Amino acid sequence: MSIETKVGVYICSGCDIAKSIDIEKLSQTITKDTKVELLKTNQFLCSTDAITEIRNDIINENLNRVVIAGCSPRVKIEEFDFSDVTTNLLTERVNIRELVAWSHTPNDEETESLAEDYIKMGIARTRNLEPAEPFIQDTCKDILVIGGGVSGLNTSLSIAEAGYKVILVEKEDTLGGWVGKWKSSFPLHFPFTSLEQNNIPDLINQVVRHENIKVYKSSTIEKITGQPGQFTAYIKNGSITEVNVGSVVQATGWKPYDPNKLSHLGYGKYKNIVTNVMIEEMVKSGNGIKKPSDGKTPKSVAFIQCAGSRDENHLPYCSSVCCRTSLKQALYINESQKDTKIFILYKDIRTPGESELFYKQAQQEENIFLTKGEVESITEEANELVITLSDTLFGENVVVRAEMVVLATGMVPSTYVDPFEENEENKLTSDGKKEAAGAEQGAKILNLTYRQGTDLPTLKYGFPDSHFICFPYETRRTAIYATGCVREPMDSGAAENDALGAAMKAIQAVELISQGKTLLPRVGDLSYPEFFLQRCTQCKRCTEECPFGTLDEDEKGTPKPNPNRCRRCGICMGACPERIISFKNYSVHSISAMIKSIDIPEEDEEKFRIIGFVCENDAYPALDASSFRHQQFDPAVRFIPVRCLGSVNTIWINDALSNGFDGILLMGCKHGDDYQCHFIRGSELANTRMENVQEKLKQLVLEPERVKIEIVAIDDALKIPDMINDFVAQVKDVGQNPYKDM
Amino acid sequence: MQNKLESDSIIHANVLVVGAGIAGITSAVELSEIGKKVILVEKEPYIGGRILQMNKYFPKMCPPSCGFEINLKRLRTNPGIEIHTLSEVQQITGTKGDYNVVIKKKPRFVNSNCTLCKLCEEVCPVERKNEYNYNMNNTKAAYLPFDNSFPATYVIDSETCKGVSCNECLKVCPVDAINLEEKEENLEFNVGAIIWATGWSSYNAEKLDNLGLGKFPNVVTNTLFERMASANGHLSGNIVRPSDNKAIEKIAFVQCAGSRDENHLPYCSSVCCMASMKQATYVREKYPNAEIHFFFIDVRSPGRLEDFYTNLKKDNKMFFHRGKVAKIIENKENANLIVEAENTLTTNLTVNEFDMVVLAVGMAPNVDGVDIINKSLDENGFLKSDNIYGIIGAGVACAPRDVAGVVKEATGAAMKAIKILRRA
Repeated sequence: MSIETKVGVYICSGCDIAKSIDIEKLSQTITKDTKVELLKTNQFLCSTDAITEIRNDIINENLNRVVIAGCSPRVKIEEFDFSDVTTNLLTERVNIRELVAWSHTPNDEETESLAEDYIKMGIARTRNLEPAEPFIQDTCKDILVIGGGVSGLNTSLSIAEAGYKVILVEKEDTLGGWVGKWKSSFPLHFPFTSLEQNNIPDLINQVVRHENIKVYKSSTIEKITGQPGQFTAYIKNGSITEVNVGSVVQATGWKPYDPNKLSHLGYGKYKNIVTNVMIEEMVKSGNGIKKPSDGKTPKSVAFIQCAGSRDENHLPYCSSVCCRTSLKQALYINESQKDTKIFILYKDIRTPGESELFYKQAQQEENIFLTKGEVESITEEANELVITLSDTLFGENVVVRAEMVVLATGMVPSTYVDPFEENEENKLTSDGKKEAAGAEQGAKILNLTYRQGTDLPTLKYGFPDSHFICFPYETRRTAIYATGCVREPMDSGAAENDALGAAMKAIQAVELISQGKTLLPRVGDLSYPEFFLQRCTQCKRCTEECPFGTLDEDEKGTPKPNPNRCRRCGICMGACPERIISFKNYSVHSISAMIKSIDIPEEDEEKFRIIGFVCENDAYPALDASSFRHQQFDPAVRFIPVRCLGSVNTIWINDALSNGFDGILLMGCKHGDDYQCHFIRGSELANTRMENVQEKLKQLVLEPERVKIEIVAIDDALKIPDMINDFVAQVKDVGQNPYKDM
Repeated sequence: MQNKLESDSIIHANVLVVGAGIAGITSAVELSEIGKKVILVEKEPYIGGRILQMNKYFPKMCPPSCGFEINLKRLRTNPGIEIHTLSEVQQITGTKGDYNVVIKKKPRFVNSNCTLCKLCEEVCPVERKNEYNYNMNNTKAAYLPFDNSFPATYVIDSETCKGVSCNECLKVCPVDAINLEEKEENLEFNVGAIIWATGWSSYNAEKLDNLGLGKFPNVVTNTLFERMASANGHLSGNIVRPSDNKAIEKIAFVQCAGSRDENHLPYCSSVCCMASMKQATYVREKYPNAEIHFFFIDVRSPGRLEDFYTNLKKDNKMFFHRGKVAKIIENKENANLIVEAENTLTTNLTVNEFDMVVLAVGMAPNVDGVDIINKSLDENGFLKSDNIYGIIGAGVACAPRDVAGVVKEATGAAMKAIKILRRA
């Protein structure tokens, strides 16, 4: 290392640690074996006196590394934060309370070895790392909003009102989007009984007049280059205008499900079958709701709910708003055409929250009839449409006759490209499969010049991939947020709220990036990956595996880092076979040093040694919780917390096995459709990489049972001891690693 | 770079966030991450609120503590957030942009010296009902609310603790963390914006006397069922029926217990359909052969949550019945429950017997005694978004919704606070 490290080690003997570990012996061993500059013990290390002593030592002894051996790094965070004393300090927490004293046989030789190893590992780690220095570049704090509907307008106005400049791009020649085309909205405020005036015109007025907002209508995004804080967007409107922005909000909304696909519901076959969107257009035009066949007012209208939605052949999801939209349209008719009978034919009425009161209100209207059933068939007889319903509440088929039928069609996100539809942007390959970019990412709207593709990666149905429960705004492209119906079907009130949140995230992104800080989930982390490109072999693993599309490539395939796109998970570091990617405070080298610092007993001692790599967000807290309950487990395993299981470089496993470790246990998050990995793909990639590890095991003529991945959730504390003990037993069955004495 | 804003673009006035559940925590961290100072007030001795009493989130079936761990890190490494637990707002005066707030902070009797060594708990001679597990078990009066609760400091329950006359805990505490003479105090703050995120409570379903809650031991609420299924709950996740710890063979979920009912909660609580379907999967995981019956008026699984319902319909021992449950009575011989359900239109009655019944009880907003807030509520107790006092609502205090919906709205609430401070 280039910097001379001066390490102070502080061992706490409180909280029953001394009852389990011989602190005197431990201190002597550590001093002798590691030659640290300073070592002290204290029976109450988190006390004010002890903390003051450490702080004084840092100054007086010029310490630049402090190792705290005591409780878990997840507790007493505030007490052991010395960042205000000096900036060049690294503090390493070594968990000898939860992971040693509380979870192993007191005063046992193996417990003592475990404590020794953990402290040596901590010292090795800290000696091989440096404090992070932020990557700060010129940051543009202007924000690009794409889409000028209810979501985009509200996002833009909020950002502008907070004092930031907004570039708003709308592909149509008018602002307002779909909601701008409606006469009224269904009730969104208490008492939830009357239709509300459409507030879009007022919103448009505020947006176009706001000094912080520049609107581009009839415009699309040709491309977006760069990285958060330094994007350049090329806006196409005949000519190309270049604008610099720091973050992006995609509010491109939805499109109605194509009614031409609903021929089973008679659309296209019978003239008097229309869609809910067509009803809105009729109402807005001022001419009222008329039958297309003869332009006359219908004496009866039937609404068919879930026309295309909740249907595995069309949209398997629920579009969330169509029930309330049909109730609203029923009221339109009821108010203007007193004698018209209105039927609403539904599977389930979905009026969440207080909009239930709106449903109650509609039920009381004497000409509105709500009937539950599945549409069996629809035909036309003497100017009337005849709808046969099955699965009704009466247990038998019900026939409804109406002069006009309204299909309550659902919402499709603007990002979605129908896999069965071939068009310019979505070419089918010769074997009938779609090209990868189209299949994974849907429509091209953002046109990012990212190596991994042009748009936000999506989940099925075209909605952007994210941790949609806990961190719903996060996408897989840093500082690019989706809001409104492009993210999930929602009503205009919900979209307005959603837009405020997206505005918040977009502002936060530029502020954090301007300070060199990363965004969720490692918010505030100042470290970033550095590449020693002279040794790069252009294998492209880092550029392909990054879940956030951070890295671009030059013509040769050498990665081009974009630190502001990075979330600091270390998956690239885990991917790199040449070990050329590292962070100042997290590296392949430092963890290799930790592994090397572990004492491997001679073969005849018959003591097993296993390395456990654990996800620091979930598996590690589960270990802590297990130990907090004083559950005991085998002392053979030395745990190393990692930012993500995806950051585990197989070199650590290979080296450990060729140096005599008996086994490797990896504990990380669930992967697949319901992934829990905070970095989306980390645990999945770790699994894939294990195939290479198994190859290596074959080369070394070692048994495959020596390496295992366990899926651990944060609430698995009760399962932890068995999980560990079973693996240790499995390794013991295989026997000691024959490379031990080599 | 063009149009770079001056550093004063973010105004440095404080925001008060009331309630440290998922809504309040979200608003607080989002604000603090752009440099705002936040005062976060919570009435319980721990933060996290209702989500930490849940076993899993739908539809991913992941533990709430997973996302909470990240939020806790955000909260703890952020110098801009001042947290007050065991605290409640007493009074709010002033207007949008300039409020004065009085907060009553109850004593915890344990300071941050606490190392969670458990010695106080071991010697404490008295017990209290464990509210975290809805009173299904007891803790000592000196207790930690649950594993990993934050602040990671013990609490001494003022109601049951015998005080200085006992002093047993004080004698054993090795780190001088206990002060049984600590007094309640009043704190005053001046803030520019207030986010009200006081959350919800389960509707008191004992008022639905036809459903037997409180009368029959094997009728439980959905919130209690979460504790029954949780690994850190009173049953360690081992779901059995309360009266005799028998394995579940046939269980019923009764939807809209209180919700969509003019005599109780006239609104739909929005989450109970998904919550019950989620709970059905807890039962299925534990009992592969159990019969699970689901009584509903309408199944409400909006958006992509529909997939969860679609998958559950493939379970051939899961039965969906459209109809409102009219009455539940107990079979005295075996403590089973006889459930009478009524087809909402034909009024045909169906009668079935179950080992256990889970009532999908709705969410009622937590209503507070503060004057300004009381004047800002609608008839159902939800905070009106257009209230004249400028109080910003977040979470179930303003409308029933699921966690994802709450997080979105709470992020938006943070934005509303910024707009107020900007204008003030």
